[in-house]
Amino acid sequence: MPVPILSARDVTKSYGRGQGRFDALRGVSLEIFEGESVAIVGKSGSGKSTLMHLLALLDRPSGGSIELGGADAMLLSKRDLNATRNRTFGFVFQQFFLTGSASVLENVILPLKIAGMGGRERKRRGLEALTELELDDKAGNRASDLSGGQKQRAVIARALVNRPRVIFADEPTGNLDTATGAVVEDILFGLNRDQGITLIVVTHDADLAARCDRRVYIRDGLVVSVDETEHAA
Amino acid sequence: MRTIDVIGTAIGNSFRSKLRTSLTVIAIFIGAFTLTITNGLGTGINNYINSTVAAIGAQDVLTVTKTPADATTSGPKKYNPDLVAASGPSRPGSTVEALTPADITAITAVKGVTSVAPTLSISPGYIQNGTGTRYTLNASGAVPGIKLQLAAGAQPSASSSDLQIVLPVSYVKALRLSSNSAAIGATVHIGITDATRASTVVDATVVGISEASLGAIADLATTNAALTQKLYDTQSVGLPGAAKDRYAQASVRFASNATPEQITQLKQRLTAAGFDGKTVADQIGTFKTVIDAIVLVLNAFAVIALLAASFGIVNTLLMSVQERTREIGLMKAMGMGSGKIFGLFSFEAIFIGFLGSAIGAGIAMLVGTGVSSALSKSVFSALPGLTLIAFSPSSIATIILVVMAIAFVAGTLPAAKAARQDPIESLRYE
Repeated sequence: MPVPILSARDVTKSYGRGQGRFDALRGVSLEIFEGESVAIVGKSGSGKSTLMHLLALLDRPSGGSIELGGADAMLLSKRDLNATRNRTFGFVFQQFFLTGSASVLENVILPLKIAGMGGRERKRRGLEALTELELDDKAGNRASDLSGGQKQRAVIARALVNRPRVIFADEPTGNLDTATGAVVEDILFGLNRDQGITLIVVTHDADLAARCDRRVYIRDGLVVSVDETEHAA
Repeated sequence: MRTIDVIGTAIGNSFRSKLRTSLTVIAIFIGAFTLTITNGLGTGINNYINSTVAAIGAQDVLTVTKTPADATTSGPKKYNPDLVAASGPSRPGSTVEALTPADITAITAVKGVTSVAPTLSISPGYIQNGTGTRYTLNASGAVPGIKLQLAAGAQPSASSSDLQIVLPVSYVKALRLSSNSAAIGATVHIGITDATRASTVVDATVVGISEASLGAIADLATTNAALTQKLYDTQSVGLPGAAKDRYAQASVRFASNATPEQITQLKQRLTAAGFDGKTVADQIGTFKTVIDAIVLVLNAFAVIALLAASFGIVNTLLMSVQERTREIGLMKAMGMGSGKIFGLFSFEAIFIGFLGSAIGAGIAMLVGTGVSSALSKSVFSALPGLTLIAFSPSSIATIILVVMAIAFVAGTLPAAKAARQDPIESLRYE
């Protein structure tokens, strides 16, 4: 039995206290294995984003534990937590979060800059990631000059540049038209298939969820069902 | 993130909102400019005082007078046959108690005194070049170690037995000497009247032409030791011995490497022996204190301007923290520590402070140099050597560092706000 790369054990998360207390997650357990593609599906307010934030170690659970490679992630120091996020995870957001006035390359190499990598190596890896997403000709352009699909490709390049083991994608196609969205989906699943990068997608889009190996349905802070796609292979 | 990347990113960020950054920089510029100018004014005037101090008296010399026994009582004072008219810079008509040969011996005996030279008060009648017009002449003996500000020639020699005189520049034309340099080496006749009303002529060689300066009394000629003695002896012909050996003051030399504490102790020993000792620094000290006080007040105004500007920095950075909320959240999500976020924003503040102060100091130096050279050619042309606004590299560096420090302090509030941000909240922020 392989050790899951990420697992949640009876995780609860609540905000506020007393009368105003709100339970976003009410005991969720989940195991995600290396190389899987998992969709966390639910309506807005279901707690799916909260679960993603906890799995991405951006927040601490109120109860239960998050394990990274079998070890309790809550025992990590702040510094190690930052280093782990930097090296292990890549993030793709619906709203892109690109700095418009900076060049595309500058945006893409931000994780490497944070990791403390040298300037030349940074540039090389950044261009490599952009080439992989066929954006190398836009490296010097301002990020604000890109189209929606190009922006999301730049975001994927940024998520990819530090060679992460897990990519978290929060509604990656939410701001894109169907055709462009499909291209972005192909890229993400291609990375999952070809490079074995674990893909965790948060979405309410059934078509996108259907392309994942596994779907975890969340409602009112609880996992209501999990289903798996039968692989032909 | 490496420190160099933090600095580079911070500098890049400060140029992102160019208008806002430039306005803040202008506010700091005004403060730094004012501070540089006021400081330069202090430096310039104090430099001038320091350079002219040598003309007023040597550094290792005390001017010693006798402490009058009833100096503190008001009203008519008891008659004292030893009172003589005060010479040197004091109120007209004021008197000091004369030093007698016995006093000179007593001063010589004080520990720390290297040598004592009574100041001979000389009153020559006139000066004449060849058979030309006679002009009245005020002269005083050169104080040992004195450095006159010369337009031409050399300092009067204290050891030479030649009779030497340094004339003020105004005498050159009057005595029909063609130019400052041509006057050097000329022989002039000095007429002097003794106690028996007999007039004697003493010939002296012009060795230097002195410029007017802050410390020098206008149109005062300076005679070297040999000429002073010669004139004094001549004017004293016919005086009884006791009347001749009366001196208003004496110059006391002490070790030139004496520390301020040693000088104070020497003055205390002189006071104990019944004498007053004043160094040049004492005489000039009050003047410098006043200038320092004025500069301090001006600096205070400049610092107030800087404080106002520092609130501009707070404002600018708070706005940019607000604008970059999501970016900060993203960087934190990607593993950037709070310390580095703090560093990013506080360095931006420091950089804005540096820009404002460097530009301010630079332009202040240009303007100050221009203004002071224009002034010394017009308003202050009578005071050669005066640079009204001067700049020392150390004070410029201090100003820039102080402004950067103020900017850093101003930046801590927004930087701490950025560092405290929760990445999830920041990423949700619209």
